[in-house]
Amino acid sequence: MRVNGKEVILRKNQKLVDFLEINQYDIRKIAIECNGEILPKSTYHQVILNNEDRLEIVRFVGGG
Amino acid sequence: MELIINGKKTELDCNTAFEVREHIGNLQDIIILNGFQIEENCKVKEKDSLAIIRKGVLPKRDELESMMMARHTPNVYKKLKKGKVVIAGLGGLGSNIAVMLARIGVGQLLLVDFDVVEPSNLNRQNYYISHLGMPKTEALKKQITEINPFIQVAVRKIKVTEENVKELFSGYDVICEAFDKPEMKSMLVNTALEELPDIKLVSASGMAGYDSGNLIRTVRVMKNLYICGDLENGAEVGRGLMAPRVQICAGHQANMILRLLLKIEEV
Repeated sequence: MRVNGKEVILRKNQKLVDFLEINQYDIRKIAIECNGEILPKSTYHQVILNNEDRLEIVRFVGGG
Repeated sequence: MELIINGKKTELDCNTAFEVREHIGNLQDIIILNGFQIEENCKVKEKDSLAIIRKGVLPKRDELESMMMARHTPNVYKKLKKGKVVIAGLGGLGSNIAVMLARIGVGQLLLVDFDVVEPSNLNRQNYYISHLGMPKTEALKKQITEINPFIQVAVRKIKVTEENVKELFSGYDVICEAFDKPEMKSMLVNTALEELPDIKLVSASGMAGYDSGNLIRTVRVMKNLYICGDLENGAEVGRGLMAPRVQICAGHQANMILRLLLKIEEV
């Protein structure tokens, strides 16, 4: 699959929440677009990723 | 020939800018021709826009607005006057963005913040000692009235939550996310993208410290989401927030909002 434009190979389909945890994304501080659509936070626990998916993950840091 | 002089259509028999000045003002007046202040004489043509401004004199109210906008690139003024922008968070980003959008004449601004001005704000936020203790919404509205009284400024002193995003922000062209905390940024961006599918969002992430200003940029990360910042340097213990980088980032956000109001979607 592609994550922020880079190729990532999944050996098997993976739960989105597991992918986020392994890659140290904090669910409270991100926004995700999956295949061109915003992914509601309420669906993070149900989504299963496969190698066809294109993800854009935005990570917010503090300051303003 | 027909010229636009200080915002009014005027029939004048003049061929050059200096002739126009001689006709309606005096030799010391400055001349702005189609957005550019000229020093040397220029020919004028039908429909040219000229501002003839006498320094040190307060013009009549109906001339003031056109004089204030005389340095704009021609033909953007009317588009901006129709623009509707909501700014969520009136700290270092939001207070500076609000002032920039007011200066360029964005017609309708909604300013949203629940907090009051306190001393640690003054190192980067657009407030004065005299504003300490005042709600940021009121302090900013007061300043904008002094900068550009020709735009509508609405304020809401309220904390933004998932429950009120739709009610607060629907009907606007652009939402400017200008919060401090990353959880709030994420909450607003996620909720607005889900619930308001036609609205554009200009958000910020990464402007703390004093790394190179050149690292701050604008990126279109999703169809309706633009992020300004270096995307990395968060505020944390040992890394503060200071006026220069915060204002560079605010400038990026304000310029992207300006571009969106002019229907330009590229960064």
